[in-house]
Amino acid sequence: MGLSGLLRRMTGRGRDAAPGPAAAAGDTPSAARADRGLLVFENTSEVIQAERLLKEAGYAVRVMGPPPEIRTGCDLVVEFPLMERLHVLRLLAGAGLDPLQSVPVTGPLLAPVDLFHVKRMGDYLMVRAANMKLTVDTATRVVVNVSGGGCPDVPYLAARLVGMRLDEAPDPRAVGHTLCGYALALAWDEMVRRCSD
Amino acid sequence: MLGLIGTVPDPDAPVFEGAAELRAGRDGARSLSLAIGGREVDVLRGTPALAAAACAACAHLGLAPPHALLVGDVGLGAGSRALYAHLERRLPRSGFSLLVFHYLQPDVDWHNRVLFAAQAMAAPPLLVADAGFMYAAKMSGQAQSYDLFTPDAGELAFLADAEAPHPFYTRGFILHDETRVPELARQAYAHGDAARLLLVKGATDHVVDRDGVLATVAEPSVEAMEAMGGTGDTLTGLAAALLAALRARGSEPDVARAARLAARVNRVAGALAAPTPATQVAEIVARIPEALDRVLAEEPL
Repeated sequence: MGLSGLLRRMTGRGRDAAPGPAAAAGDTPSAARADRGLLVFENTSEVIQAERLLKEAGYAVRVMGPPPEIRTGCDLVVEFPLMERLHVLRLLAGAGLDPLQSVPVTGPLLAPVDLFHVKRMGDYLMVRAANMKLTVDTATRVVVNVSGGGCPDVPYLAARLVGMRLDEAPDPRAVGHTLCGYALALAWDEMVRRCSD
Repeated sequence: MLGLIGTVPDPDAPVFEGAAELRAGRDGARSLSLAIGGREVDVLRGTPALAAAACAACAHLGLAPPHALLVGDVGLGAGSRALYAHLERRLPRSGFSLLVFHYLQPDVDWHNRVLFAAQAMAAPPLLVADAGFMYAAKMSGQAQSYDLFTPDAGELAFLADAEAPHPFYTRGFILHDETRVPELARQAYAHGDAARLLLVKGATDHVVDRDGVLATVAEPSVEAMEAMGGTGDTLTGLAAALLAALRARGSEPDVARAARLAARVNRVAGALAAPTPATQVAEIVARIPEALDRVLAEEPL
């Protein structure tokens, strides 16, 4: 079957159409460091442990002095690939390391987006956090769609979540790796909270 | 030749490339897959959705199928970096007339190396970026090297915020407020953080350049598309195919016209699919040929 025949079959518009309805319902930040973040720890011992752990995991990290905005007492921070924040924090947590802060190099005082946009569409509820959207069928609590984002774990997370009930699907925090994955985890938390009310 | 560059959600897929061929999917009558370089890729969302839309449109417009350059990456970045290294070697000797960069791990250093490789081609191609590669393009300070970005309203706020390294940190981000599109676009252009043209996806699609809003497309309005994964990807794929069609005519293509037509075709395809928020994007891809016929009957290429 050619491409046009295939698409006709899917839409129910051709001779070979399938039966049924057509559609189912410190440093000066530079551009080169703009994708980096800073991990702030309680003490220098934790900084050294984190540096070793992340280097062993293959990450390009470096220890440096903190910018003035986030100087907290410990005079060292770890610079790391910010896009992979979720995975990096999970690695550190596995070793009992809990940074006081993880912030962008470009703006150490920038805070994650913390507003949710919630929209009801008939039986469906959509929650948006930052650039990620999660939609659930409220009757069945099944995830029906995941959209938005730009990091490569978004299609992967969608493949893991779509079609699963909220109480049986993996927590996006456990399987995502990036800032988009983290944003989806925030939407997930809000969705679970709303569907539990 | 149209080149589509991105990732697939398979941690084991190496770098692979080839002409993309749209096929019946493995998951029932309403699914689609792509055959590329001896591999089969499901069309669900992300770069496969973009490639599927571009395939459907290219075939209907009588163009050669797009050439996809892909790698498996689930967010750890190793796959994206392997593809970046491949592109750095491959692009300077290639003959692509249009390159679309999509779901890739944002990495400023690798972005710059790939951009320089594209600019080293004998005939530098038109450049389109969306998703993670658009984030890297903005962070690199090289956004003005691109012909088209296709952000949504939230990503436009990220382009407008000179300090934000990712949409997750964008300040003053009103999640569903599209009334600020002209203002945010002005800010993005003022910082040099926008492509030559922006196609801002939303309830109303905006085509914008540094002088302001050139066009808006709001009809047909299909609310469920907002919830569906991949509808923004199909729009970018359609814009790429229409740009390729215009470029195939030999003249410098009108990027704004291609963007506006793509927005119309994507909406008509969505309306024809009559989706619910649970519909998957393959059903919209399937409607692209009919949507192209309808839109181009009113406004021929």
